[in-house]
Amino acid sequence: MLQLIIIILGVAFILYTLLGGADFGAGIVETFAGRKGEKTISKAIAPVWEANHVWLILAIVILFTAFPLVYSTISIALHIPLMIVLIGIVLRGSSFTFRHYDVAHGITHKYYTAFFQISSFMTPVFLGITLGAMILGDISVENTGSFYGLYVQPWFNIFCLVMGLFTASLFGYIAAVFLISEATYPVEQERYIRLSKMFLLLTFVMGLLVFTTAELKNHHLFDAFFNSRLSIAAFSAVILLIPFILYLFRHPHTLYLRAAIGLQVTLVMLGWFAIQFPILVYERHGHHLTFYNTQAPAATLYQLLIALFAGLLLIIPSFYFLFKVFKINNGQNSSLRQTRH
Amino acid sequence: MDDLVAARLQMAISLGWHIVFACIGMTMPVLMAFSEWKWLRTGKQVYIDVAKAWSKGVAIFFAVGAVSGTVLSFELGLLFPGFMKHAGAIIGMPFSWEGTAFFVEAIALGIFLYGWDRLNKWAHWLSGVVVGISGVMSGIFVVSANAWMNSPAGFTWQNGKAINIDPVAAMFNDAWFSQALHMTLAAFVATSFAVAGVHAFLLLKNRTNAFHRTAVRIALSFGAVAAFLQPISGDISAKDIAERQPAKLAALEALYHTSQPADLIIGGIPNNETQEVDYAIHIPAMLSFLAHGDFDAKVTGLDKFPEAERPPVLVTHFAFQIMVACGFLLAFAGLLYFIFSARWQAVLEKKWWLTFIACLTPLGFIAVEAGWTVTEVGRQPWIIYGVMKTEDAVSPIPGLQFSFYMITGIYLLLTLILIWLMRRQIATVPTYYPSARNINE
Ligand code: HDD
Ligand code: HEM
Ligand code: HEM
Repeated sequence: MLQLIIIILGVAFILYTLLGGADFGAGIVETFAGRKGEKTISKAIAPVWEANHVWLILAIVILFTAFPLVYSTISIALHIPLMIVLIGIVLRGSSFTFRHYDVAHGITHKYYTAFFQISSFMTPVFLGITLGAMILGDISVENTGSFYGLYVQPWFNIFCLVMGLFTASLFGYIAAVFLISEATYPVEQERYIRLSKMFLLLTFVMGLLVFTTAELKNHHLFDAFFNSRLSIAAFSAVILLIPFILYLFRHPHTLYLRAAIGLQVTLVMLGWFAIQFPILVYERHGHHLTFYNTQAPAATLYQLLIALFAGLLLIIPSFYFLFKVFKINNGQNSSLRQTRH
Repeated sequence: MDDLVAARLQMAISLGWHIVFACIGMTMPVLMAFSEWKWLRTGKQVYIDVAKAWSKGVAIFFAVGAVSGTVLSFELGLLFPGFMKHAGAIIGMPFSWEGTAFFVEAIALGIFLYGWDRLNKWAHWLSGVVVGISGVMSGIFVVSANAWMNSPAGFTWQNGKAINIDPVAAMFNDAWFSQALHMTLAAFVATSFAVAGVHAFLLLKNRTNAFHRTAVRIALSFGAVAAFLQPISGDISAKDIAERQPAKLAALEALYHTSQPADLIIGGIPNNETQEVDYAIHIPAMLSFLAHGDFDAKVTGLDKFPEAERPPVLVTHFAFQIMVACGFLLAFAGLLYFIFSARWQAVLEKKWWLTFIACLTPLGFIAVEAGWTVTEVGRQPWIIYGVMKTEDAVSPIPGLQFSFYMITGIYLLLTLILIWLMRRQIATVPTYYPSARNINE
C-alpha cells in the first residue's frame, strides 16, 4: 500500500515538473522570445495551466495525508522559501490570467508581463531551493537555536541556490522544447530550437554544479550516485538521449520531441529518487524523515488510495480528452488555432 | 502584533478571499450551463451570448480561485503545523477527494472555456455541467474537513496523539451535512444575487437591453430558490451547534446566562463587563424554540464555560446578526421575485425593483464572510473543538506578521485589479455580443 502511494506521489511530482514546469518555463523563455513569443505562449498555456497546476496540489495533499510529519517539518523549517514560492504562484497565475483576458493593451500590459516573467523565474528558483534544503540535511527537527540557524541557514547557501537555478533552467528547457511545436512561423520555431539548445546546455552545467556544490557542503552526492546502480543507469540514459534530441531539433516532430524530453526529465527524477530513497528530509542530527518513519496509519493510506484510484479513473480520460482537443491538433493543423473566443 | 494573532489573521484573510472565488466557481458554471441549455433548446442568440460573456469573467475568477486555493493548502502547514501534523492523516481523505474534484473541474473548465468552436454543442454543454458538479463537490469535501474541526470524529486522542484513526468516520462527522448544505446554498445565494445585481445596475442605464434582462432573470431564479431555503438550512445549523458546540451558540446569541426558557436576543452590544447585552431586543422563549424546538427548553449560556474556553462574544454575535439580517432580506427579495414573476411580470421591469436588486449586490457575500466568521471565531480557542487549542497549533517561527502584511498587501492589490478588470470586461460586452446592443429580444 505504502509503495503504491509512493509511486503515485512520484508520478504526481514528475508530472508537475513536466507540465507545471513547462508553464513556468514558458514565462522564463518568454523573456528571450520577443513580442511574437508572448502570443504563442499565451495561446499554448491558457487552456491547460490550471489543470497542470493541480499536480502540485495533489502532491501536497498526498504529502500531508500520508506523511504528515514531513509536511509539518518542512512547513516550519522552510517557511520562508515556501512563502516566497506561494507568492510567486499567486503573482504568476494572476498576472498571466489578467494579461490574457484584459481587453486593451497599454501600460498595464507591460506590468502584467513584468510580473509574469519575474514570478515565472522566482517560483522555480525557490522551489528548487526548498528541495535543495530537504536534501542537504541542515534542517533541525528540534526547535532550539537561533532564528538564523533554524529558519535561514537550512536553505540559504550555495548548494540550495544552485538547486534553484538548476530547477529554473530545467523548466526553461522543458518549455522551450514544448514551444517548438507551438510556434506559428518557421523563424519563431528556429528561435525556440536555439533556446532549447541553450537551456539544455545551461541545465547540464547547472546539474554538474549541483553535484560539486554538494561536496562543498559536505553532502556527498557523488558517492551516493556511484553507489546506486539505478541512478547511474538513469543518468547515463539522460546523457544518451541528448544526441537523439539534438537530431530531433533538426527534424522537429511534435510527438517524438515531447516524448524524448518527457523521458529525459523522468529519468533525471528517477535517478535523483534512487539516490534519496527512502529519505524525504535529511536532518541535521541524523533523524532523517523517511517514507517509513513518517507514514500515516494504514486506515488513512487505504482511504487515500481509494480516493486516488477513483480520481485517476476520472482524471486520465479527461486529461486525454483535454489534450486531444487542444494540443494534439495544434502540431499539425495551425489553422485551428485561429478560433478563439 | 503577536505571532498567534498574525497567523489567525492571515488564515482569515486568505480564506475570506478564497471563499469569494470558491462561491463563484461553484455557482457560475451552473448558471452558464443553464443559459447554454436554454440556447440549445430555444435557439435564441441572447442565451448563448450571456453564457459566453459570463464565461470570460469566470475564467479570470477561476484562475485566481485556483492560486488562492493553492496558497491555502500550503498555509495550513505554514501557519498551523501543529494542527496538520495530527489532522493530516485524519482529514486528508476529504482533501484528496477534493483534489480529484479539482482535477475534473479544471480539465472540464479548460474544455468549456476554450472549446466553444471545437466541440459538438451538446458535448460542450456537458463539459459545463461537469464543471458545475465537480465545483460543488469540491466545496462539499473541503467543508467536511472544516466540519471535522467543529465536530471531531474518527479518532481517539491519547497522550497528545491521535490513534485508531478512521478517515471515513472523520469525513462524515456530525457537522458535515448541515455545514455542506448551508455552504452550498450560500454559494448560490451570494453569487446569484451579485450577478443579478450587477446586471440590474446595467439595466438601469439601458432599460430595454435583452442581454442584461436575460442575465438578471437567470441569476435571480437560482438566487431566489437558494435564498428561500437558506434560513431553513441555517436553522438546521443552529440546532446542530446547540447540541455540539453550546459555547459557540451562546456566543453568537450573546447568551451570557444559562436560561430556561431563553430569550432570543436581537442586535445590541454585548458587554463582557456586566455580562449583559445593551440596547438589545428580547423575544421571550424564542431561542429555546430555535435551538431545541421547544419553547421551554434550557439553553446553555457562556457562564457554564470557564473564562479561557469562551469564544469572543462581540465578533461572533455581530457576525451572526449580520448574516441573519442579510439572509432574511435576500429571502424576502426571493419571495418577491417568485410572486412578481408568477403574477405581476411588469413589476420586474420597474425602476424601483431594479434599483432594489442592484442594491442587494454585495449582501450575499457579506453574509458568507460573516457566516464563516461565526463558525471560525465561534470555535475559538479551539482549532479542533475540545481537542487542541489554536495556540498549541501555531507555527513556532517568529515574525509571522511579515507574511501577514505581505499576503494582505498582495490580496488587496489583486482585488483592486480584479474590480478594475471586471469593469473593463463589462464595458466591452456590447461590442462582442449583438444581443447586448439590440433593443428588442
Ligand atoms: C449567503 C450566505 C448566508 C446566509 C444568507 C445565511 N448564512 Fe449562515 N452561514 C453561511 C452563509 C449564510 C456560511 C458562510 O456559509 C456558513 C459558515 C460555515 C457554514 O457552514 O456556513 C454559515 C454558518 C452558519 C452557522 C454556524 C454553523 C456552524 O458553525 O456549524 C449558523 C448557526 C448559521 N449559519 C445560521 C444561519 C441562519 C439562521 C440564517 C438565516 C437567515 C443564515 N445562516 C443565513
Ligand atoms: C472559506 C471560508 C472560511 C473562512 C472565511 C474562514 C475564516 C477563518 C477565520 C476568521 C479564522 C480565524 C479565527 C480566529 O482565530 O479567531 C480561521 C481560522 C482557521 N480556519 Fe477557517 N475559514 C474558512 C473555512 C475554513 C476551512 C474550509 C478550513 C479547513 C478545512 C479552515 C481552517 C482553518 C484553520 C486551520 C484556522 C486556524 C485555526 C483557528 O483559528 O482555529 N477554515 N478561519
Ligand atoms: C469553505 C471553504 C472552501 C470552499 C467552499 C472551497 C471551494 C473551492 C472551489 C469550488 C474551488 C474551485 C476553483 C474555483 O472555483 O475558483 C476551489 C479551489 C481551490 N481550493 Fe478551495 N474551498 C474552500 C476552502 C479551501 C481550503 C481550506 C483549501 C486548502 C486547504 C482549499 C484549497 C483549494 C485549492 C488548492 C484550489 C485550487 C484547485 C484548482 O487548481 O483548481 N480551499 N475551492
